[in-house]
Amino acid sequence: MIDSQILERHGLKRDEYDRIVQFLGREPNLTELGIFSVMWSEHCSYKSSRVHLKTLPTEGPQVLQGPGENAGAIDIGEGLAAVFKIESHNHPSFIEPYQGAATGVGGIIRDIFTMGARPIALLNSLRFGELETPGTSRLLEGVVAGIAGYGNSIGIPTVGGEIAFEPSYAGNPLVNVFCLGIAVASDIIKGVASGVGNSVYYVGAKTGRDGIHGATMASAEFDEKSAEKRPAVQVGDPFMEKLLLEACLEVMRTDALVGIQDMGAAGLTCSTTEMGSRGGAGVEIDVSLVPQRETGMTPYEIMLSESQERMLLVVKRGREAEVERVFEKWDLHAVHIGEVTSDGLLRVKDQGHVVAEIPNRALTDEAPVYRRPMAEPEYLAGVRRLDLDALAEKGPYFFSANHDLLALLGSPTIGSKRWVYRQYDHMVRTNTLNVPGLGAGVVRIKGTDRALALSVDGNGRYCYLDPYRGAMLAVAEAARNVACAGARPLGATNCLNFGNPERPAIMWQFAQAVEGIGAACRALGVPITGGNVSLYNETDGRAIYPTPVIGVVGLLEHADRLLSRRFQAAGDIIVLLGEDRGELGGSEYLKVVHGLVAGVPPALNLESERALESLLVDLADLRILKSAHDCSDGGLAVTLAECCFDAGGIGAEISIEAVHAARAMAMNRAAALFGESASRVIVSTTVDNVTEVLERAAAAGVPARIVGRTGGNLLRVAVGGHMAIDLSVDEAERAWSSAVERYFQRRVA
Amino acid sequence: MRARVFVTLKASVFDPQGKTIADALHSLGYEAIDEVRQGKYFELDLKTTEAEQARALAAEVADKLLANPVIESYRIEVD
Repeated sequence: MIDSQILERHGLKRDEYDRIVQFLGREPNLTELGIFSVMWSEHCSYKSSRVHLKTLPTEGPQVLQGPGENAGAIDIGEGLAAVFKIESHNHPSFIEPYQGAATGVGGIIRDIFTMGARPIALLNSLRFGELETPGTSRLLEGVVAGIAGYGNSIGIPTVGGEIAFEPSYAGNPLVNVFCLGIAVASDIIKGVASGVGNSVYYVGAKTGRDGIHGATMASAEFDEKSAEKRPAVQVGDPFMEKLLLEACLEVMRTDALVGIQDMGAAGLTCSTTEMGSRGGAGVEIDVSLVPQRETGMTPYEIMLSESQERMLLVVKRGREAEVERVFEKWDLHAVHIGEVTSDGLLRVKDQGHVVAEIPNRALTDEAPVYRRPMAEPEYLAGVRRLDLDALAEKGPYFFSANHDLLALLGSPTIGSKRWVYRQYDHMVRTNTLNVPGLGAGVVRIKGTDRALALSVDGNGRYCYLDPYRGAMLAVAEAARNVACAGARPLGATNCLNFGNPERPAIMWQFAQAVEGIGAACRALGVPITGGNVSLYNETDGRAIYPTPVIGVVGLLEHADRLLSRRFQAAGDIIVLLGEDRGELGGSEYLKVVHGLVAGVPPALNLESERALESLLVDLADLRILKSAHDCSDGGLAVTLAECCFDAGGIGAEISIEAVHAARAMAMNRAAALFGESASRVIVSTTVDNVTEVLERAAAAGVPARIVGRTGGNLLRVAVGGHMAIDLSVDEAERAWSSAVERYFQRRVA
Repeated sequence: MRARVFVTLKASVFDPQGKTIADALHSLGYEAIDEVRQGKYFELDLKTTEAEQARALAAEVADKLLANPVIESYRIEVD
């Protein structure tokens, strides 16, 4: 009864089917096939990515929990752990922006509290097509409203993030959400089912037909109504999740709980098999006991439903009443749906009749692993070529540096994201020290003197031009942002957004990026503690830019020593840490001013980067800096301008060396102002402290020099002794503030 | 003519608001009410006098604006 059509609808290949038959020693029934198809899907099995992910550094003295659990955890002192992870919700957000983004937030929050941690902060990393493209503003509005709607309602602050706009994301936006929680290090809970005879409980929302993969139709009769019955978008309920969060944290304080896991992708199927597999046990459940929202649901549908806000718990035998009481208190009903068994099988019953019986290991550890063919993409040779002199001849040569700077500040990728983050509640729980828009988000750890800084970063354009280097730069930027806040980077999580891995060019990008992440994480001392892979990000055969997004968490031992990007006072000394190499490859300047995506991304010396980050943390700890801001998109000129924004109109005047990037003078000037060389930071300090800053930089081997002073209400930059930029801070700030907002003001009815 | 458009979430889509209303009713003692699904209701005053035209126009605006076809369905009455 299983023909090639059914296999195709389940996304299974013929040889994979043969393996299934081998494991079972018989043909699977439809329910079993459905279970295999979701567990062996790319999303759950990481079948294309696993061989590469294994090479990532995941260990360190600070790591309490590496990849493989619901989230990673690092030691942050005083007996506490930071539990964090990033996850994608790209495809659902494109179909239904509000609910897609909202349920993405809900999913990552569940991953965090499942570990026994109280979620305290959210970040997001978003990528869309250009705002001019029809439909983009609607998508952005929906996604932002969804993140706000869920995050604000459940009472967890969104403290930062990033947004970039590139044409390659027009048919496939990226919505990556990061959540951080705090747990008592010794009380971290795992997603494990063990202890034969222990009870398996289902808690939370009822199961409906939401999110069941397209295969459902295989079993349903086709009639007028089938359109209505088909896989529907998941709808989130933040209030239900709040109840679940509080109830689960309370249950975890008792020792009646053995393990817990949220039902995310592949719902009941994934949670039962993964928990069983981790505990080396079997799990038996009866789907007729599962609370259902709709009538007539088949075991197939119940096992594959992705209804939101549901958890699976394993409770010690004899302690059930205790656990049930806690859930009752929170108006939730914990339902006993099965037991842990000794046979290592996932056994699904429907009113006592066995409807599926599969060895857990066949679904998890024994899932297919592919070493897919790789080949360097053909486009690379072409796009890496960059002739600045030819560009200078072509123009637009009549533009002044002032004009170019205003154009960059007004580009939505660089400009202020205030329109977005003002929709987020970033102060709820009253721990937020650095609000969005000031660099890394910083949250206080209540009850201690400490704080955590968090940043998510990525650059698809860099990775398109060189995935290895681009991925290293993403790690470095996230860690540097955290260090700029004064925090020591401790751990990282990654969200890898790529195209179709069955194409050798995409697989090559993926492998290169993972290698780059590994190299940078090892050198910078930030092990990867978990993450998520999102493949098949393509529309009409055109892939997105390869986009690894990195989240880094760092620790500030004294919360009051934190720094932001803003200049604090007039008359301070501006110091540039790091080296200008005038690298324009892949820069925002080339894209915005010349409409060009070309060249090689900036070089990154990992040792220099590590020295720089370590120096920043030390200087912040000595309280001899007043601000610190990392040079990234748009280079030095944009960075300096950003130091002046939201700072009460404090201007700055600096003078920098000319660089030699080309023969054309205009290009050398542009390279000095807008080149995106890595490992550079603009800091400000007082006249009294500047000597110590310079001495300590010299001792750390970090190039440092005084470039100017804060003050006045102008933004002035001289290059090689010639004034290149001379603007009022007001004018520059206007261009920057309205960069995103202007696309939405026009549409107000 | 007048068209009435009733927009509701599709049957398989979870309705948190409806569930909250049901919970509130239960807490008021209405145990006889099992489940609630809520939606939106629109009245469109149309210039046309043709019922078929009115229906087609209402369906068009419902598809474009009044309903989110990904998660909602609608029903039209014309009089």
